[in-house]
Amino acid sequence: MEHDFFFPAAPGSLPSGDGYFGAFGGRFVPQALVAAIDQVAAEYERAKADPAFVARFEDLLAHYVGRPSALTEAHRFAEHAGGARIFLKREDLNHTGSHKVNNALGQALLAQRMGKTRVIAETGAGSHGVATATACALTGLSCTVYMGETDMRRQAVNVARMELLGAEVVPVTSGSRTLKDAINETFRDWVARTGDTHYLFGTVAGPHPFPAMIRDFQRVIGVEARRQLLERTGRLPDAAIACVGGGSNAIGLFHAFLDDPVRLIGCEAAGRGVGSGEHAASLTAGEPGVLHGSRSYVLQDDEGQIVEAWSISAGLDYPGVGPEHAHLHTSGRAEYRPVTDDEAMHAFRLLARTEGIVPAIESAHALAGALQVGTELGPDALVLVNLSGRGDKDMDTATAHFGLEAAR
Amino acid sequence: MSGNLKLLTDTLARARQEGRAALVTYLPAGFPSVDGGIDAILATVDAGADVVEVGLPHSDPVLDGPVIQTADDIALRGGVRIADVLRTVREVHAATGTPVLVMSYWNPVSRYGVERFARELAAAGGAGCVLPDLPVAESAQWRRQAAEHDLATVFVVAPSSTDEHLAETVAAGTGFVYASALMGVTGARESVDEAAAVLTRRLRTLTDLPVCVGMGVANARQAADVAAFADGVIVGSALVATLLDGDRDALTRLTAELAAGVRPGYPASAVPRFSTAR
Repeated sequence: MEHDFFFPAAPGSLPSGDGYFGAFGGRFVPQALVAAIDQVAAEYERAKADPAFVARFEDLLAHYVGRPSALTEAHRFAEHAGGARIFLKREDLNHTGSHKVNNALGQALLAQRMGKTRVIAETGAGSHGVATATACALTGLSCTVYMGETDMRRQAVNVARMELLGAEVVPVTSGSRTLKDAINETFRDWVARTGDTHYLFGTVAGPHPFPAMIRDFQRVIGVEARRQLLERTGRLPDAAIACVGGGSNAIGLFHAFLDDPVRLIGCEAAGRGVGSGEHAASLTAGEPGVLHGSRSYVLQDDEGQIVEAWSISAGLDYPGVGPEHAHLHTSGRAEYRPVTDDEAMHAFRLLARTEGIVPAIESAHALAGALQVGTELGPDALVLVNLSGRGDKDMDTATAHFGLEAAR
Repeated sequence: MSGNLKLLTDTLARARQEGRAALVTYLPAGFPSVDGGIDAILATVDAGADVVEVGLPHSDPVLDGPVIQTADDIALRGGVRIADVLRTVREVHAATGTPVLVMSYWNPVSRYGVERFARELAAAGGAGCVLPDLPVAESAQWRRQAAEHDLATVFVVAPSSTDEHLAETVAAGTGFVYASALMGVTGARESVDEAAAVLTRRLRTLTDLPVCVGMGVANARQAADVAAFADGVIVGSALVATLLDGDRDALTRLTAELAAGVRPGYPASAVPRFSTAR
């Protein structure tokens, strides 16, 4: 029997009661955070069983985010993918411009239920920070966003957006000054202020229950896309493709197809190439380890020190990945392939020129994967791609990469 | 060869018999260099440390403030390896007979191999581990190895811990309980929060394990205040800061002051900060 409402996930879905997806997940956090995380887990269990909470969440998704998001067939883009039919799930058309708003709203409502008055969040590309600042403005919560100094430079427009929305943006100057260190700094804030503060984590990583809860808030993506594709084509896709950093848009897409005969393909950021050492391909090139509160695949050296990631896209520039992806990877249910900066930027420009859609550079990794997969599968194939965000925030990076006029 | 859990237990018991708290000092291995770190730790023992914690530097120390982050960073950029951490343990213990704990985030231990780490730590004369991001629920594998090799498993508890968590933690821990004096990351504070005294009182109702209090203790006066109710006073960042300033004399001086602070007769705060009634 198909579970066709989108929230929450069907009973019996992973994780186990202690937060494990197979060998991955769990909760590796200081004792000082255990009480706060227990509170999140308990309140989330109550919230998802509360029709009023579910109705409020669904109402916001429909009338504030603008769901269901469109499903667009990319005819001219598909000509470059061996003639396969390619459909784009348009999370870029959501309010705030990416899938991140689904989770931000869900957790902001949860923070309110818990009586918290302050929300903190990390951000890489700024999409999660903007979505969190937006959800906090809407719900009247105070908002502080930690962002690596390097990323603040790469995503200056999003910094301005967050500040305009009333959030305080705190530059993080430790470590690689990117997403990983922004998460460390947000945890440090939370340890000191669990009483009034909720950590609105942005991806399906972190300690249990964050990977499961955030997946539940994102699974609307796949549930909608599945229904829309069946209506439009009368069949399921051959492959569903998404980019994977922490993996929230990908798990949101994949989860509705887990029991279907559909290939699930995650595109990791290979940066300057997996062989170059400058990449963020945790599943392709990492090994099991503990980072940010859960066991998953991480980029690390032989003594467990985390290695700095690299990607042209700030949102994928992360040396870990959500534990459910680690489980799908080792079980073979999903496949993960590396996509380089150059391949992603090629797809980025190609989509702009063939479809009039400027994707986020993160999402361009999935588009590059679709070009490969479409070509591999041939003209009869039906490929679903999650276009997780729009590319307005990436104009500076694109301008520099392509040497556009504005750069001169 | 087995580890030195008993030495740790005896050391804390002796301090208690002497009517004082033990002084537990923390410095990361490999900081400012491996040999420099060993010398610094030896200096703290000479100046009165009863127990030492050797930090295993980590790339992502989420429970540490800026001072220890900086020291870890210097150690890692200097190329410190787990073998260097174990050498630090071995040389300090061999030279002083002091119980030596390793404080490490979980991933390096897990990656190195839990059994291998426990075995080599015991062989180096180590007394056990403090594992700040390993909650009891995830600790079964480590505790099996710790028991096998006579190593202490020191859990960190916080003022926010529920009674249920405290009970579970003291049941699983050995050596002593590390009570975090405040909600937050490591680093010196102007005053030690009353929360530490409350937490210690709560722990006393649950366990006979010694309770050592750390996080935020930076000077002899604070050490004296904590020593009034705890079995041990743990000082890290304030000591690390002296080395960041490149001031070895300050390290020795501060340690000696702290050692005086944990002993009876040290002038208490002008305004008593804690109710010491149990």
